[in-house]
Amino acid sequence: MARSDVQLMLDVKAGDDASFDFLLQKYRSPLVNFLHRMVRDTATAEDLAQEVFLRVYRARKQYTPSAKFTTWLFRIATNLALNSVRDNRYARLAVPLDAPPEEDAAPMELPAREMRIDEHMIERDRTEFIRRAIASLPEKQRAAVLLHKYEEMDYGEIARILDCSESALKSLLFRAYENLRVQLAPLVAQPVEQRAGEGRPS
Amino acid sequence: MKCEDVSKELIAYLDGRASASERQRMEAHLEECGACRNRAAEMRKVSMLLGDLPAIEPSFGFDARVRQRVAAEPQRGWFARLVPAPRPAFAVALLVALTVLVAKLPTRNTPVTTQTAAQEQQEDFNAINNLGVLENYDVVTKMDALSELAPATAPQPDKTQPDATSND
Repeated sequence: MARSDVQLMLDVKAGDDASFDFLLQKYRSPLVNFLHRMVRDTATAEDLAQEVFLRVYRARKQYTPSAKFTTWLFRIATNLALNSVRDNRYARLAVPLDAPPEEDAAPMELPAREMRIDEHMIERDRTEFIRRAIASLPEKQRAAVLLHKYEEMDYGEIARILDCSESALKSLLFRAYENLRVQLAPLVAQPVEQRAGEGRPS
Repeated sequence: MKCEDVSKELIAYLDGRASASERQRMEAHLEECGACRNRAAEMRKVSMLLGDLPAIEPSFGFDARVRQRVAAEPQRGWFARLVPAPRPAFAVALLVALTVLVAKLPTRNTPVTTQTAAQEQQEDFNAINNLGVLENYDVVTKMDALSELAPATAPQPDKTQPDATSND
């Protein structure tokens, strides 16, 4: 019978390093992907994911199964990612104004809503377009969307990870998806003939 | 349901986590509100686009690096086993040490007050000893004012009291 994550962690606490290896195998990919989408840099994402596993290992003796293991794991990951994003933002602000522009840095402007999909597909890769839309979200909205969409966590778990109420989380998620809808308008906007039926808001 | 209420329930409706009653209320609203209906359709597409985003795989040496860092962690020695939570233990020890230190320190006010009181007492005593008037009692005994006061201090018969013998 497969052991639960909590049982695996309790085994790690008891000194079973093989159980830690099992957790590493199970969560390495979700963690690296979550962190990659948060920080948009593969090397940083892997460094942070290593740090998450190291912190789990260091805290094994104090571990008590008060919540789901994934809540604890992604709470550590989210806090590390948010700190990294904020540190990186300040580091970027510290670049002198006369510094030469980065060669590989593409402009952050998103295409105008009126631009046809085929036009901007020529200009930019579709996947990169979506990645940039996610990256443009404020950090907390980004974390909420990633945990909701890719980790498929329930609202209670995401709310505990982000340290907010479920009601606040629902508003946060709505704002995040609303921002994405605006950013991704060239890909998702309803055709004009369909919009004709748009009545007045009630 | 109004358009303002959609903001809290639309995501749960789209991801299928809304309750049956919430779903019914949302569907009734979307039926009559074209703006919210379009917004819901576009958000559904957003969710599908996010699902198209390919996942990345951790690099080849990722697991090895984690294991290496875990192996480099200091093992728990006898002290760690004896004191499972060193930080709280250190905090308690520090608190006890500070309490003892504060208790041992000489208090500033109490001795100074005692000394001052003793000094004042001694000064008062010296002042009394040095009073010339007390060394010469004649000054007191020969005071005219005292002799004048003597008859005045003698008890006077109370005129207001009735004379009991005369009434009987």
